[in-house]
Amino acid sequence: MSRTILAALVLMVAALAPVAAAEERSPIDNRFDASFDDPKLAARYEALNRELRCLVCQNQSIADSHAPLATDLRRQVHDMLERGATDAEIVGFMTARYGDYVMYRPPFSALTLLLWLGPFLLLGIAGALWWRAVQRRAALPDEPELP
Amino acid sequence: MRWSNAVPLVVLLALVLAFWRGLGRDPTVVPSPLIGRPAPQFSLPSLRDPAVLVTNAELVGQPTLVNVWGTWCVGCRAEHGMLLDLARRGVRIVGLDWKDDALAARAWLVELGDPYQLVAYDATGSVGIDWGVYGAPETFVLDKRGVIRHKHVGPLTAEEVAGTVLPLLDRLAREAP
Repeated sequence: MSRTILAALVLMVAALAPVAAAEERSPIDNRFDASFDDPKLAARYEALNRELRCLVCQNQSIADSHAPLATDLRRQVHDMLERGATDAEIVGFMTARYGDYVMYRPPFSALTLLLWLGPFLLLGIAGALWWRAVQRRAALPDEPELP
Repeated sequence: MRWSNAVPLVVLLALVLAFWRGLGRDPTVVPSPLIGRPAPQFSLPSLRDPAVLVTNAELVGQPTLVNVWGTWCVGCRAEHGMLLDLARRGVRIVGLDWKDDALAARAWLVELGDPYQLVAYDATGSVGIDWGVYGAPETFVLDKRGVIRHKHVGPLTAEEVAGTVLPLLDRLAREAP
């Protein structure tokens, strides 16, 4: 029995493993030097990069990704910071082009209501069911001792 | 049987439905917020003649396909025949050669045929970012006013062209200018 469960788990993990996409690279390499004179700007740069999703490799932020597009977006963040843009302006620039999807923490809206509140909703339902079960058991008469 | 006994079954069916629908969608396709908006402003040198500028002015007057491509992109080669076919049908296609080597790009058009009325050359990829491009090939369908009406990510397939692109172009051609 436990072996069957183990086999099922292995299969599930295998099915969920990301398929490594063959990455095509442009010959244009926009590598750049992300150095800032102001340590505050450098900190904001790091924080913003962790918030922004790499669209090519969707489970990585642009801080972690080596995809050429991630490099381009990091450079965009860098240049905007150097020009004095606020964090909101930079996030706005990205979402205007790539949608809310580019943010790891999507904004709270009618569309994302279930995403944000779903876990609490499920917790509430589970709590209510548990409470009902406990109440019902308490209401049962003690089982008579069998001879 | 009490009605509440059916709850797990209903939840299961809802989950099956949700996951079934999820299986059908391609997670690599990110919906574009640019649909329904005027195409982002740009001004780029033409691939064929760098002295000539390609701008948004070229994208109005008739429905237009804007095709983002590069010689380094395998999918672009795969869809090239589809673009040539569309051009033969009289569809106006403007190319955006994205983060590419200009010489290789010109050679590609000589070798494979040239479906583009114009090709804008985006060497650094900054215009691609303005258009929300994240992987070539990508194809935008613009109406007569230069508003983005549809976006296809990945190589154009015969199904996509016959089922979506051509009917949409027909509809856009009949719209008031």
